[in-house]
Amino acid sequence: MVYLGSLFVLFLNAFWTTDPFTSLVVREFTLDNFVDLITTEVYRAVTFRTVGMAALVTATCFVFAYPIAFYMAKVASPRIRGILAVAVLMPLWASYLIKAYAWRLILSDNGVLDWALAPFGLTGPGFGEVAVWLTFTYLWLPFMILPIYAGLERIPASLLEASADLGGRGWMTFRRVILPMSIPAVVAGSIFTFSLTLGDYIVPGLLSTTQFIGNVIVINVAQNLPFAAAFSLVPLAIILVYLFFARRLGAFESF
Amino acid sequence: MLTGRVGRIALRVATGLVLAFIYVPLSLVIIYAFNESGTSAWPPSGFTLRWVGEALGNSGLQQAFLTSIVIALGATVVAMTLGALASLAVGRYSFFGRESISFVIILAIALPGVVTGMALSTTFASLGLPLGFFAIIVAHATFCIVLVYNNAIARLRRVSRSYEEASADLGADSFQTFRHVTFPTLRSALIAGGLLAFALSFDEVIVTIFMAGGVKTLPIWIFQSFRLANQVPLVNVAGLAAILLSVIPVYLATRLSGGVIGSRG
Repeated sequence: MVYLGSLFVLFLNAFWTTDPFTSLVVREFTLDNFVDLITTEVYRAVTFRTVGMAALVTATCFVFAYPIAFYMAKVASPRIRGILAVAVLMPLWASYLIKAYAWRLILSDNGVLDWALAPFGLTGPGFGEVAVWLTFTYLWLPFMILPIYAGLERIPASLLEASADLGGRGWMTFRRVILPMSIPAVVAGSIFTFSLTLGDYIVPGLLSTTQFIGNVIVINVAQNLPFAAAFSLVPLAIILVYLFFARRLGAFESF
Repeated sequence: MLTGRVGRIALRVATGLVLAFIYVPLSLVIIYAFNESGTSAWPPSGFTLRWVGEALGNSGLQQAFLTSIVIALGATVVAMTLGALASLAVGRYSFFGRESISFVIILAIALPGVVTGMALSTTFASLGLPLGFFAIIVAHATFCIVLVYNNAIARLRRVSRSYEEASADLGADSFQTFRHVTFPTLRSALIAGGLLAFALSFDEVIVTIFMAGGVKTLPIWIFQSFRLANQVPLVNVAGLAAILLSVIPVYLATRLSGGVIGSRG
């Protein structure tokens, strides 16, 4: 059993770590791809755009997720809490493509949003970077809600009572006790929202004509596999750095 | 109390808005599945079952649907077997490299699908293995294992080892202990993990595209149909099917594990 288990882990390990260099078509060591990556203006722009989008999506998810997570964990009755937990969890598993497609429906010309905004003389943003941002936020929101909810739920009521006894008003207690204590959970959630945005190429393809890291990788898989592999190390490296900081902030204990 | 009246009302409104944000887009897909005009113009022009009928009669869609179910079942079986073994190994024994497992598991979830897909497909290519049906099952199994493992390890941590020790003290050999003590405590966690694995595999598209080699699963069919104007109404119906087939297993899994299952991790 031990043997099988560790063998399996080894197997998994091997998969994640060995890929880019074994995939070189010409099996010759070269740094040309990385030089290309760093010196070409377009790739830098794509990288910054993708990281910016990931950060923006993460921030938006946080803003949307915190109130509902807080309501679930600290205000709602146990029955409501159970219902809400299921209500948040279910769409997480509904087809990813269909969720992106739903936003295509909403944002298309004469779609739902145009119709809803028509009385105000406005039209929706249409397809583009705003559409990508909305769709990513929509897709990854449950990944942010659930860890924050779990993190808030673990804060013992006695701590909040202690804060109140010491004269901390509601807002004060929130700012000085609850918010700092929920940081690891927020970071845990942000790992998902950030890294999922970083590598996705389907959503930008469906809802815009803008290129993100994922799109560039996919285009290059057929034409220039070594370059695609080299470029895929960029999100990988960013995610590893992110995970490193997340670990220091205690996010791993909140899984 | 922690929050005042105003705060509570504000929280309630925010919760309602977020729920609306989550559910309105999904319900739109369901409404469009029965929309007479078959375009994305809103409001719908009328109710029809025409697209449902056409979808049921579309052989490409049928084939894709069946392929997805078989692949999801295959990936689930592999993931349940290996996930259960891995969780027992980590939960009940200590060995070299044990601590790094949680890191590997988080990485497996956080790693972009493009990277995973490229890594797997080039590994298959360099080993000379063909892409297609079995390649998809293997690829899906690698990340579905994580779900089964997480559910099972959480259960193992909750259940005290003293039951197993008691069983051994009473003279049971290790297989009997596994059959009568360990496995029954794990069973519902494994089934819950398996249901989640099924739902994930059924929906997965990015890694699948890399491994497909011509095989069409339901998500691939949907993805390709976005570009074909005459199939767009059918996409809504396929979407309805995809939503149901991923939501129902998850609902059952939630019931089985008796509470919130963590995020995909």
